[in-house]
Amino acid sequence: MLGDTDLAAIALTLKLAIVTTVLLLFFGTPIAWWLARTRSAWKGAVGAVVALPIVLPPTVIGFYLLVMLGPQGPVGQLTQALGLGVLPFTFAGLVVASVFYSLPFVVQPIQNAFEAIGERPLEAAATLRASPLDTFFSVVLPLARPGYLTASVLGFAHTVGEFGVVLMIGGNIPDRTRVVSVQIYDHVEALEYAQAHWLSAGMVAFSFVVLLLLYTLNPTGRRV
Amino acid sequence: MKTVARPAIHARFKLDYPGFSLDVDLTLPGQGVTALFGHSGSGKTTLLRAIAGLERVAGGRLAVNGETWQDDAVFRPTHQRPLGYVFQEASLFPHLSVQANLEYGQKRVPAAVRRVSLDQAVAMLDIGHLLGRKPARLSGGERQRVGIARALATSPRLLLMDEPLAALDHARKQEILPYLERLHDELDIPVLYVSHAPDEVARLADHIVVMEGGRALATGPLTDTLARLDLPIKLGEDAGVVLDAVVAERDAEWHLAHMEFAGGRLWVRDHGLPVGHAARVRILARDASLARTPHSGTSILNTLPAVVVDSIDDTHPALTLVKLRVGDSPLLARLTRRSAHALELEPGQLVYVQIKAVALIG
Repeated sequence: MLGDTDLAAIALTLKLAIVTTVLLLFFGTPIAWWLARTRSAWKGAVGAVVALPIVLPPTVIGFYLLVMLGPQGPVGQLTQALGLGVLPFTFAGLVVASVFYSLPFVVQPIQNAFEAIGERPLEAAATLRASPLDTFFSVVLPLARPGYLTASVLGFAHTVGEFGVVLMIGGNIPDRTRVVSVQIYDHVEALEYAQAHWLSAGMVAFSFVVLLLLYTLNPTGRRV
Repeated sequence: MKTVARPAIHARFKLDYPGFSLDVDLTLPGQGVTALFGHSGSGKTTLLRAIAGLERVAGGRLAVNGETWQDDAVFRPTHQRPLGYVFQEASLFPHLSVQANLEYGQKRVPAAVRRVSLDQAVAMLDIGHLLGRKPARLSGGERQRVGIARALATSPRLLLMDEPLAALDHARKQEILPYLERLHDELDIPVLYVSHAPDEVARLADHIVVMEGGRALATGPLTDTLARLDLPIKLGEDAGVVLDAVVAERDAEWHLAHMEFAGGRLWVRDHGLPVGHAARVRILARDASLARTPHSGTSILNTLPAVVVDSIDDTHPALTLVKLRVGDSPLLARLTRRSAHALELEPGQLVYVQIKAVALIG
C-alpha cells in the first residue's frame, strides 16, 4: 500500500498542478487572445515559442531554466536582488518550470476557442454598446468555455505527468519538490515494485478518468 | 457653429485597397429609409461598416443629425455610436436566450435615452412567444426578427441594415418584409438599408443611393432616381419606376382595385386593401409599350396618355429606353429601336402607354 512519503508526493503533485493550472489560465488568456487576434508578423514566432515545450526534451527546458533561475543566471540575480532567494530546488521554482512546460497545452485550446468565435460576435456586441473589455467578459469568455475546460484539464494533467523538468529544476526533496513521477522513479530504483505499481496504476487510472471526462463532457470542444 | 436645418447624415469616406476602392461624399436624409443599392462589390456594405465604425477609415468624416461621429480629430468607436446594426445573418449570441439577447444591448443604454422599450420591440417584431428559446432553436426568419428587435431595443438614432433578407428564402423574406414596413411606418428612426434586390428597394426605400465600383452613381428620392434614364440601364431587366398610390375604388365583380397616383389611375389585382389605403405600385420598363392612338380591342387594361420626355439607347443595340411623363409621374418604357423609329418618337410628343403588368408592393 501507499506509505507516508507516497501520500506526501501525491499531495504535492496535486498542489503543483492546481497552482500551475490557475496561473496558466490567468497568463495564458492574454497570450491566446493576442495569438488569435493579431495580424502582427510576430504571430508565427510567438506561436512557435509557446509550442516549443511540445517538441523539446524536458531536460532541455529544465537545463535552461536552471541556468536562468540559478544564482548566476539573470532571473536568479533578479530574484536574489528582490530578496526572494533562488528558485531552483524550491516549490516556487517547480511552479515556474511547470508553467513553461505546460504553457502550450493551455494556450492552444484557448486560442483555438477564440479563433472559432470569429469576428462577428465581437462586432455585434460593439453595435450593442459593449466596450471591448465588456465584450470579452460577456461574449468571448462564455463562448470559449469548452476551450477553457479543455485547457484546464490538459494543463492540469500535463503538469501531473511531468518528470524530466521536475528532476532538473526541483531535484528530489521530500515534501518540497518530490512529486509522484519522481517518487515512482525512486521506488523503481530501490526495487520497490509494489509501491511503484500502486502509484503507476493510480496515474494510469487518473489520466484515463480525466480524459474520459473531457471527451464526454466536452464532445464539441477542440481537442489537442 | 453650423446649424442643421433638416436632419441629415453627412458621410465622406475614401478607402483604397488593392482591387477595391471606396470614394463617397454623401448627404443623406436623416429620416425615412435610404437604400444603398448596388451589385456585390459595389462598396455598399463597406460604406455601411464605415458608418458603423466597424471599418476604420482614416480621414473619414461622418455626422449624423448634427452630431459628429468621426472627423480628423474624433473617432467614436462603434460601441459609442448610438446606432443599431442588423447583419445579414442575425448574429445572435448563441449562449444567450432570445430574451437575454434583446436585453444585452438595451441594458447597456442609459435609461434616460431609452425611447424604445423591450416590450415595444418584442411586439413590433412579434417575437413574444420566442423569448425563452436559444437562438439555435429558431428558424432563419425568426432569428432575423430577433436580430432586428435587438437592434431596436437600443433605441438607435440610426438603424443600419446590411442585406437583412439576403440569407433568407423567398417565403422567409415575405415573412419579414411586413415587419420592416411597420418599422418604417411606426418608428421615427432613419434607416440605411443595404440591398442588391430591386424589389426590396422598391418596397421599402424612400431614398436611394446607387453604388457602383465604390462610388455613388446617383442619390435622390426613390421615384425620381429610378426614373433617371442614365441609371435604369444599369438595372437591366429591373429597370422601372415605383409610384406612390392610393386605393381609389374596388371592383367586386372583377376583383380589381383602382389605384390612383399623381397622373392617373391603374387597375391592379385586388389584394384586399381597403379604399384610401396607400400602397406603392411598380411598373417595369419592359412591361410598358407605346402607341400613337388609344387602342381598343386589346387585353391590356391600363392605357394612359403620356408625354415623351427623352430617350436613350439601351444596352442592347436593338433596344431603346424612353422616359415619359404621365401627369406628374415619370414612367419608363423599353422599346425596340425599330418601333421607336416607326412611331417617330420625339420629346414633347403625346403617346399612349399600354401597361401590361403593374405590381402592387406593400
